[in-house]
Amino acid sequence: MSANAVPSGKTLAVSRRSKRSLANSKWPVLILFLPPALLVFTVLVILPMGEAAWYSFYNWNGYGSPTQWVGWRNYQLIFRNSAFTQALINNGLIVLASLCVQVPLALWLATMISSRIKGALFFRLIFFLPYVLADVAAGMIWRFVYDGDFGLVAGISHFIGVEPPFWLADRDVAMYAILGVVVWKYFGFHMMLFIAGLQAIDKSVLEAADIDGATGFQKFRLVTLPLLGSTVRLSVFFAVVGSLQLFDMIMPLTGGGPSNSTQTMVTFLYNFGVTRMQVGFGSAVGVVLFVICVTLAFSYKRVFMRND
Amino acid sequence: MSNRYHRMRLISATAVALAGGLFTAGVAAADSVIRWMHVEQVPGNIAVWNQIAKDFEAKHPGVKVELQFLENQAFKAKLPTLLQSNDAPSIFYSWGGGVLKAQSETGTLRPINAALDANGGEWRKSVNASAVDGLTFDGKVWASPFKSGLVSFYYNKELFKKAGVDASKIATWDDFLGAVKALKQAGVTPIAGGGRDKWPLHFYWSYLSMREAGQKGFADAKAGKNDGFAGKPFVKAGERMAELGKLEPFQNGYLGATWNDALATFGDGRAALILSFENTPATQASNSTSRKGLADDNIGRFPFPVVSGGPGVTTDSFGGLNGWVVTKNAPPETEEFLRYMASVDVQKVLARDTQIMPVAKGASEAISKPLLKEVAEALARETWHQNFLDQDLGPNVGAIVNDVSVEVVSGGMKPAAAAQQIEDAYSLERK
Repeated sequence: MSANAVPSGKTLAVSRRSKRSLANSKWPVLILFLPPALLVFTVLVILPMGEAAWYSFYNWNGYGSPTQWVGWRNYQLIFRNSAFTQALINNGLIVLASLCVQVPLALWLATMISSRIKGALFFRLIFFLPYVLADVAAGMIWRFVYDGDFGLVAGISHFIGVEPPFWLADRDVAMYAILGVVVWKYFGFHMMLFIAGLQAIDKSVLEAADIDGATGFQKFRLVTLPLLGSTVRLSVFFAVVGSLQLFDMIMPLTGGGPSNSTQTMVTFLYNFGVTRMQVGFGSAVGVVLFVICVTLAFSYKRVFMRND
Repeated sequence: MSNRYHRMRLISATAVALAGGLFTAGVAAADSVIRWMHVEQVPGNIAVWNQIAKDFEAKHPGVKVELQFLENQAFKAKLPTLLQSNDAPSIFYSWGGGVLKAQSETGTLRPINAALDANGGEWRKSVNASAVDGLTFDGKVWASPFKSGLVSFYYNKELFKKAGVDASKIATWDDFLGAVKALKQAGVTPIAGGGRDKWPLHFYWSYLSMREAGQKGFADAKAGKNDGFAGKPFVKAGERMAELGKLEPFQNGYLGATWNDALATFGDGRAALILSFENTPATQASNSTSRKGLADDNIGRFPFPVVSGGPGVTTDSFGGLNGWVVTKNAPPETEEFLRYMASVDVQKVLARDTQIMPVAKGASEAISKPLLKEVAEALARETWHQNFLDQDLGPNVGAIVNDVSVEVVSGGMKPAAAAQQIEDAYSLERK
């Protein structure tokens, strides 16, 4: 009883004191850990970004220091360049293929092999295998597969008795051939995300739906999919951001050719900025790419992943 | 106690000072170190270079030559920063052209004119004049010529015979197109091309422009006269290239083929012709499926044909021109080393053991293989040596030349638009 009779003013004082001591105890940690992190972040992220933005206003080949100020010219050149327009279209195509083919395929396979059927583990491993492979290696493997002289496609064509196609050398087909590889390479990753998501779903909910007489598709549409929502949104986020940055698989496959038909924003930056020693122009491309990625990522997070 | 402590400190301080003194004295007495940065990867060639360096050191006591290697791409990426650092090499490899020009403008290099013209121009006179010219900008020589190269047509004698084509009769572009048609009619793929790498196809555009414009026309275009690179000869070159493209002379899928793929196509006997470097007999073999390639006596060579009405002549040659660049703070003995490297005796050794096309007058005698000998003789007779355009015009315009060459020959771009695109890019470089 007496304990309850402690004057309220005293309680306040105690809690204030404990708050202050808590705050005090945070300072050493902050002083100890923040500066190194801040320093690394500033030196390795903020400064280079600032520098790139600065260089993007110069015509500069990397030798000496930049002196020829050209204002917005590099940016104008980017948007006038047909290869860049093609790169934007291709990035759009990759996002589309990821969203319309890759993610649904991954979801479908995940629902098939998440249940404990015989051999599920084996299939998971097989489907996940392409993702483990380095992008460059995948590109080189598929370059061989598509080769019209000695590749798998050539072998099959000869077997059927038709002239072997050269898909990667064909302006109209090359990008679709690459899209095939992209889907093949990454669906396993999304499938694994979905399997993890599916395993987190409470079985009793599905059982309840069973008892209520729901069909398989109804269960999927009305129970599984809504409960899997946050995983799907995350998966789409990864697919979009990954698509915008696609580079190391394209280089061994086509290098952006033929006729720039398979350029992406990053291969464009490499082919037109780095290899041509146009550091100013390349920096401008980097800035544009950065702005596009950040805008997309943040608006997606804000709109679709608000509650996740 | 404290005395002993002081004594210890004194002793160690003296030791450090002595060691430091000895060290500096050692460096000062023994050496000027010439640091030699290169991109060579063939161990045999590096062994030859090492020997040259050792011989030079033996003749010049107190000078040390140190070989440093950077892989090609890394070399190109690192050089801009390296040149501005205290760690810049004394000499480094160069492909000449626009990149060398850009480097020369940074003030980090040392032209070699003084050394070249010393002793009544002894060094200058010993080297082919066209090689020195190719490495000269604004009246200053920015690199010591090292080796030269020549692009010409190599053909499969057996396939030519099968199609009934006589290579010795191909003198003009029309003769050449006739040969391509005859090969096609005989069911032979005429030309091996590497469209994915692009530069193998820029050889056609470059040679055709050289034939259409001639040396003077080319110099005028660079100076921006007569519409620069958008001028008539360059459009005409594109038209002739498009004309070739319409005959579909290349192997299937050539737009996706690398240079190595093209060499393999030629080396396997799947195409009759290739427009290529002087080392083709060796590279076609190592790239072929069997690794043996065509036998040497099955390969013939002929120069790029001339065009009717164009001022260019057969002896105007197109090909590489490599040199060694000296940096500003290199030791004074550096030029002496390069002079030694370019001397007839050393160039003979290099030609014999590393198969380069030497730039020293009289050194080509050391070449024994018939096809290489033929190239060396052609180079000795040359009237104009044009360095690869993707080097000469700088990396940016060069890349555009490569791009449009592929586009024009594959029908993706009109010749006039291609020429205009090159001119647009080059006009920015003229400033």
